[in-house]
Amino acid sequence: MEEIAVLGVGMHPWGKWGRNFTEYGVHAARAALADADVDWNDVGFVSGAITVRCGYPGYVSGSTFARALGFNGAQVASSYAACASGVTALSVARGQILSGACDVAVVVGADTTPKGFLAPTSGDRPDDTDWLRFHMVGATNPVYFALHARRRMALYGATPDDFAMVKAKNSRHGVHNPNARYPKEYDVDDVANSPVVSDPLRLLEICATSDGGAALVVCSMDYARSKGVTDPVRVAGLSTVTPTYPDTVIDLPYLATDSAAAVEPPVLGFKDSIGAQVYAEAGMGPADVDVAEVYDLSSALELDWYEQLGLCPEGEAEALLRAGETSIGGRIPVNPSGGLGAFGEAVPAQAIAQVCELTWQLRGQAGGRQVDGARVGVSANQGLFGHGSSVLVRR
Amino acid sequence: MTTTTGRARVPAVEGFFTMGDKPQLIGGRLETGGYCFPLHLGGSDPRSPAGSVDEVLLSRRGRIWSFTNSAYPPPPPFIITEPYVPVVVAAVELEMERMVVLGQVTPGWTVDDLEVGMEVELELGVLYADDETDHLTWQWRPVITEETFGKGT
Repeated sequence: MEEIAVLGVGMHPWGKWGRNFTEYGVHAARAALADADVDWNDVGFVSGAITVRCGYPGYVSGSTFARALGFNGAQVASSYAACASGVTALSVARGQILSGACDVAVVVGADTTPKGFLAPTSGDRPDDTDWLRFHMVGATNPVYFALHARRRMALYGATPDDFAMVKAKNSRHGVHNPNARYPKEYDVDDVANSPVVSDPLRLLEICATSDGGAALVVCSMDYARSKGVTDPVRVAGLSTVTPTYPDTVIDLPYLATDSAAAVEPPVLGFKDSIGAQVYAEAGMGPADVDVAEVYDLSSALELDWYEQLGLCPEGEAEALLRAGETSIGGRIPVNPSGGLGAFGEAVPAQAIAQVCELTWQLRGQAGGRQVDGARVGVSANQGLFGHGSSVLVRR
Repeated sequence: MTTTTGRARVPAVEGFFTMGDKPQLIGGRLETGGYCFPLHLGGSDPRSPAGSVDEVLLSRRGRIWSFTNSAYPPPPPFIITEPYVPVVVAAVELEMERMVVLGQVTPGWTVDDLEVGMEVELELGVLYADDETDHLTWQWRPVITEETFGKGT
């Protein structure tokens, strides 16, 4: 796949600031433009990741951000793919750049989130599976996270201590991140002393919902060269795959899986296929990866990603974790940013924030959380309703 | 449907299960042979994207694929009955259909009573109640065996 350059990255710190999401997005976009040394008036395309919690301006986030930065006549689009929205917005920008429709684009996502469980908007919608799972079962997001955690325990002998170790590791990373909401170190006992949310997962293992914003300035390789940047971080692969029928792993927001009664499940399950696509595009494999940012919506889900990204064989994630290989200093550090455990999720910003972190890592600008010599980074994430999300960046 | 107590029993949402002593989930059977649940909200088989879906009743028994609970009350549109008792949820694998269906576990069972692989059977239980009516949902009840005897209610 032809590459594009990540010329600039920027974030607004995560927190519970309670301000208009536009402020966070604009802050992040300005930071990314400054980082890229690109004039806003040179930007030909604005790709917004949508928030569904902030009214109409959230649904048209691309133009909301563009207007707040000053309408400059750029083309615009806004994308929604739940937690994967940020990478979908990046994929739209990449398409614009590679088609020649623009040279340089800004990708922005930001959110202001309410406290507590993410839940459907009000109203009776018995034909909406997301509404039904709350109404008929009481199946919150953590319920699904916990189903997967319990499954790991049954299949691979994972223990609650393993899950707690993920949180502890990510918190050790997150203390070095000025954009993290919880720059605080937790140990396994802290996790064990926090209340159960959905057995076996405890409060400190479930990602919170946060306010935050993240942005990228991406451009053609020619444009990067014209700016004198000869060795930029590049997007070498990008994955927004959907599942392949039959998807036999229960996942939110569904009440049931597909059925394998008539056709065998694909060799690669949905989440395995997310990484497989990004590696195929990049012409690389898991062995090439130096650092990964994965969606730890729960501590246990991080372990699933180790295997789904091919960082270790199936069933060996706990061993990889226990050996310290996914800590900074280990063979393949995962979530040096601190992950969602240190951030809490700002839905449309989060997948973009993963690319921000990988970019800082590949530039050697990650400070106390730097992964030495990182040249290739991969992100992984998934949006409900079957949205894969992964980006492979390299120097 | 009215019970001997005079309370009406109605599905909380129509079209998901049959009523009576041996309730069954109302699923779909795709033209290509796969099943789905709910009937009109399942995914299609890409080999037959415009294929028809026939209504079919799903197996009443299956085995627990995984389970958990919701220690905190779920937000609306879940309707909480006070005092809140943690909802226990099981993902249940149906052998013939080769699919996994989510559902609450019948009251009285906790996560400590459950195991992956345990056999369960479909029942109807009260999701919420108002003055005259019980609004029902489908629930999984562990099948009583030597291992499960004495647990739950």
